[in-house]
Amino acid sequence: MPETLAGIVPAAPNLLFPFVLQLADTSLILAHRLSEWCGHGPVLEQDLALANIALDLLGEARSYYQYAAELEGQGRTEDDLAYLRSAVEYRNPLLVEQPNGDFAHTVVRQFLFDNFHYHLLQALKESADAQLAAIAEKSLKEAAYHLKWSSEWVIRLGDGTAESRQRLDKAIAALWRFAGELTTPTTTETCLQRLGLVPDYAALLPAMEAHVAHVLGEATVPVPEAVFAQQGGKMGRHSEHLGYLLAELQYMQRSYPGLTW
Amino acid sequence: METLEQVLTPEEQFQAHIDADIRIEPKDWMPDAYRKTLIRQISQHAHSELVGMLPEGNWITRAPSLKRKAILLAKVQDEAGHGLYLYSAAETLGTSRDQMLADLHSGKAKYSSIFNYPTLSWADMGCVGWLVDGAAILNQVPLCRTSYGPYARAMVRVCKEESFHQRQGFEIMQTLCEGAPAQKEMAQEALNRWWWPTLMMFGPKDADSPNTEQSMKWRIKRFTNDELRQKFVDMMVPQAEFLGLTVPDEKVKWNEARQAYDFGEVDWNEFWAVVKGNGLCNHERLQARVQAHEEGAWVREAALAHAAKRKERAAVTA
Repeated sequence: MPETLAGIVPAAPNLLFPFVLQLADTSLILAHRLSEWCGHGPVLEQDLALANIALDLLGEARSYYQYAAELEGQGRTEDDLAYLRSAVEYRNPLLVEQPNGDFAHTVVRQFLFDNFHYHLLQALKESADAQLAAIAEKSLKEAAYHLKWSSEWVIRLGDGTAESRQRLDKAIAALWRFAGELTTPTTTETCLQRLGLVPDYAALLPAMEAHVAHVLGEATVPVPEAVFAQQGGKMGRHSEHLGYLLAELQYMQRSYPGLTW
Repeated sequence: METLEQVLTPEEQFQAHIDADIRIEPKDWMPDAYRKTLIRQISQHAHSELVGMLPEGNWITRAPSLKRKAILLAKVQDEAGHGLYLYSAAETLGTSRDQMLADLHSGKAKYSSIFNYPTLSWADMGCVGWLVDGAAILNQVPLCRTSYGPYARAMVRVCKEESFHQRQGFEIMQTLCEGAPAQKEMAQEALNRWWWPTLMMFGPKDADSPNTEQSMKWRIKRFTNDELRQKFVDMMVPQAEFLGLTVPDEKVKWNEARQAYDFGEVDWNEFWAVVKGNGLCNHERLQARVQAHEEGAWVREAALAHAAKRKERAAVTA
């Protein structure tokens, strides 16, 4: 069902539900991707760092799912929302469902997300919605760590060896087209922005762009030209990757519905 | 009056320290064989943490609830941390992590045989926590008093987290056993597969354990393999009963006279086959580690190259 402004009249909690769900899906899917690295990282310290970031994002996803379930008021739990929704119901942006690829792909995906995430949370912690503001405040501390990690790795790979530079360039070329979706508001987001519950993404852009310019500058990598921004994930139109990811994520709950684990 | 140093050889002084329960530290003199045994044991221990991430990592993406997923992820992260402590402890003996990893990848260094078994169902996460970590704790708690200081101190930190993991594993089993029939069956089936392999974690029988006597004398080890195996059975059989599960050993029976459980004989052919690389997952586990290391080479090289460039630039501006 296409979202139209005319179709959206209800009170804020009903609008907040899909938005909080979108934040939850985003953190869960990225946590899932990062957890696939477990035991396969390039060095033990980075195995640890990747699992650490995955765990932070998973924790954040749980907070959002719990709040979304509360907003919905239908008695669903965090697990119902995570495990019993199909790919077209998932609202994460396309970026976070992209496969890990090599370490450079994982780093670039993380960098693009962290840069948005950090700046979003910084604004979201001032949200008029107290619960959202509280979750954002906790998550911001973690996001600051994530952004430091991914920024440092972009610099290391860009200004490392010829091979690492080549791999970083390839990852940037492959993933840059997914960055634009993060800051392009959906109709729901536009409404919430006007209600003052969600920050105006356009206002985040200068700080985000400045950080990209700074990090890529340190990495000796030119800032890429603007590219066509892929859209869809936040409205349930995903890449082909998500279906497989959910098949794996949801397998137990689908096979043994309604049980306690 | 002659000093201790004048009348005792270095070996005798060393043994006197050990007998007085004085910890040996990295700069102290130690017999070569003591150093070698410890490098072997600590690195094997570190490798076990590293390889041990794989069978559990196998279920992170499929964990049945977000809470369980978070717990499992945190646990695997702890294991990576244990690996780091232990590699550092081993390095105080004059080896390097690169050398230890090279030995792991070439098959020269071993890791715990238990991680060569596959994780086939969610209940395996319960069994790995409850049984495998339970066995690890019995092995490791005495190591908190082992004679080599850095190893003993690493084990104090490891044991704290490990007991937490074990409780979580038991809780998974308990939830399954109190759940639907399909969950209880899953728990029993997993126990059937993990019971004997965990008994093997204590190593060969004392009669077939060539290192035990020397390791006890040096107080690297404080109990023999068979003593610890017996303790494990005595601890676990009542827990299995509490869960309503059956241990897959017809010979398990309380022995009033011994105040301990009698139990059947481990399949030592299987044990040696797994130790020698012929378990079901030996190939996959080692392959996964080698692949991670090889595919990560360019990342490590990039980090080194970048650090060198920074240092050079700092020198120019200084």
